Amino acid sequence: MPEPMMREATSARRPWRQRSLVQLTLVRFREFLREPEAVFWTFVFPVLLAVGLGIAFRNKPADAVVVGVVTGTASGDSLATRLAASPALRVERMSDTTAARALRTGEVALVATAGAAGGIEYRFDDTRPEGRSARFTVDEAVQRGAGRTDPVRVSERRVQEKGSRYIDFVVPGLLGMNIMAGGIWGLGFAIVEARRRNLLKRLVSTPMPRAEYLASFLFSRFVFLLLEVGMILGCSMLLFGVPVRGSLLQLLAVCFIAALSFGGLGLLIASRAKTTEGVSGLMNLAMMPMWVLSGVFFSSSNFPAVAQPFIQALPLTATNNALRATMLQGAGWAAVMPSLAIVAAWGIGCFVVALRIFRWR
Amino acid sequence: MTLAPPALRVAGLRKAYDDVVAVDGLDLTVNAGECFGLLGPNGAGKTTTIEICEGLTAPDSGTVEVLGMTWASDERALRERLGIQLQETQLAEKLTVGETVQLFRSFYTTGRDVQEVIDVVQLGEKVHARVGKLSGGQKQRLALACAIVGDPELLFLDEPTTGLDPQSRRQLWDLIVELRASGRSIVLTTHYMDEAERLCDRVAIVDHGRVIALGSPRELIASLGAEHVVEFTTGAGGHALDRDELRALDGVKAAREQDGRWTLEVVELARAMPALLGELGRRGLRLGELATHSATLEDVFVSLTGRQLRDA
Ligand SMILES: Nc1ncnc2c1ncn2[C@@H]1O[C@H](COP(=O)(O)OP(=O)(O)OP(=O)(O)O)[C@@H](O)[C@H]1O
Ligand SMILES: [Mg+2]
Repeated sequence: MPEPMMREATSARRPWRQRSLVQLTLVRFREFLREPEAVFWTFVFPVLLAVGLGIAFRNKPADAVVVGVVTGTASGDSLATRLAASPALRVERMSDTTAARALRTGEVALVATAGAAGGIEYRFDDTRPEGRSARFTVDEAVQRGAGRTDPVRVSERRVQEKGSRYIDFVVPGLLGMNIMAGGIWGLGFAIVEARRRNLLKRLVSTPMPRAEYLASFLFSRFVFLLLEVGMILGCSMLLFGVPVRGSLLQLLAVCFIAALSFGGLGLLIASRAKTTEGVSGLMNLAMMPMWVLSGVFFSSSNFPAVAQPFIQALPLTATNNALRATMLQGAGWAAVMPSLAIVAAWGIGCFVVALRIFRWR
Repeated sequence: MTLAPPALRVAGLRKAYDDVVAVDGLDLTVNAGECFGLLGPNGAGKTTTIEICEGLTAPDSGTVEVLGMTWASDERALRERLGIQLQETQLAEKLTVGETVQLFRSFYTTGRDVQEVIDVVQLGEKVHARVGKLSGGQKQRLALACAIVGDPELLFLDEPTTGLDPQSRRQLWDLIVELRASGRSIVLTTHYMDEAERLCDRVAIVDHGRVIALGSPRELIASLGAEHVVEFTTGAGGHALDRDELRALDGVKAAREQDGRWTLEVVELARAMPALLGELGRRGLRLGELATHSATLEDVFVSLTGRQLRDA
């Protein structure tokens, strides 16, 4: 029998830091934080993306509409002068041939030509929104300049409602996308890498409880989740005034459930693959459709009605719906329940299958 | 005092993969406190055997009893008492040496002090170094540290010194000798003869998934019946030499030729050498190269299989 060699405290009396679950979770943090790229893609990139989109799609006062006027004739010159007086228009004087080209390349939204007998011809592409709006703006200036009066008096009140801008739409989408990517990349790569390096086999050759190994991924995901959500929400609230109308607690709960669910999906994707190439393929296969279909950058209602049942059943669509309802509409628990149920069902399904087929060696 | 059960008892083990039979009816008993070596060429089935014993691979048939227990009924208890070094494990590169050993320590209810184990494998200076930055030898020693931090009764070491320079190998040997001296049972695989001769109380020579010889290194070498090995080449006309005539020479026990190179197993060098030189002279042959060494386990393997261990 071997002589006992400085045997240490048993687990019951063991300080919390020396417990395997704590140690495994610490490993997750260490591996993540020591990988600068991962930190960038998880924390910095989504914020940069939100800022970029926020700037590109910021709501600016309507630009003057650029119109081409064919000059060189007396009536043409006078038309140009009359239109130039309107503040809503910027007039480019040009010959007939340059006008045709300018219209084709989109330099001008519309070309106005003064015809004989005081008539005016508008040339524009009515499939383009600028073309249609230019037609009304120019016509308004022409008719008003000629003395038209409105039979009905109207008044205008301009509003820019926070919550209805593009940035308000896209921030919950980015949040959802980040939660999905974090769960899938975070679990998928680390697990397959450990399997490829024979580390998984080495770990299961110790008394390590397998559930703790998997739980360590979920725990670390939750901590990173709080940081990610805090970062994205904080920046977009501060920079763009994106609102959170519903309860913050509910928002966090939605994120939490989504993170669990996508963690399950990540686990399922990583459950058999032996190479990182193999698992990357699977991850893209799972994520790509959701990036496009699930309403991250534009509403999923743009897709045809026949595809809707499928799209609405995707976990990212459900997550985004729940996030938008909570943030933008201030919806309560009852309203997000159906979406949450879809997200949770995915999570449970994935976990059950993943644990069944998981390859430990 | 009751007699300790054998550290490991394996009977009728078989494991086939799609196209090969990796283990083909293998029996072994490793006594408590013994250092036991599995020696064999590449693909002999050593890793497959050891991983079946470690409860990591399921055999097609056969029984495995470890420390008197079986994997089916006592997995959890067994894992607490075993220390394992796999043939190939790349530990997490981003962790430091200290963090890695600490992690493995946390899996065991009882075990050794982390710092002490790191010192034992002489990585004290590297506690804060990242695993990815260690040399091959340092990684092997770290793997050993992870294997012993749970203070195991039985250690499985799969090629613990492969790829190490001679100095690192010697350091690792010293560690294994110490572990053995402190009463641990050790099963190791290797294809280095000198390693097996130096470390192991008993050795099983494995080929094609079977044990083809078993005993202490000394017994195995003695079983050759020849203490020395003479290797020589001749100038032109070497093919004229005859195996049976060489074997009949005084003091020669066996003779083999491969690619123009002759190998003689020799009982007594002082008698065999004059006889060999006389024979060559009689045939008018000139001696090319000549080398002699004391018989080793390598020669045992060659004598049993007709192949060299290293390139079998
Ligand atoms: N997972 C596997 N799938 C298919 N064949 C395998 C597998 N593992 C091992 N083998 C085959 O089984 C045989 C025995 O392999 P094993 O790894 O046990 O040999 P070994 O004695 O450890 O060799 P080495 O000295 O090279 O480590 C080999 O022919 C190998 O190709
Ligand atoms: Mg091997």
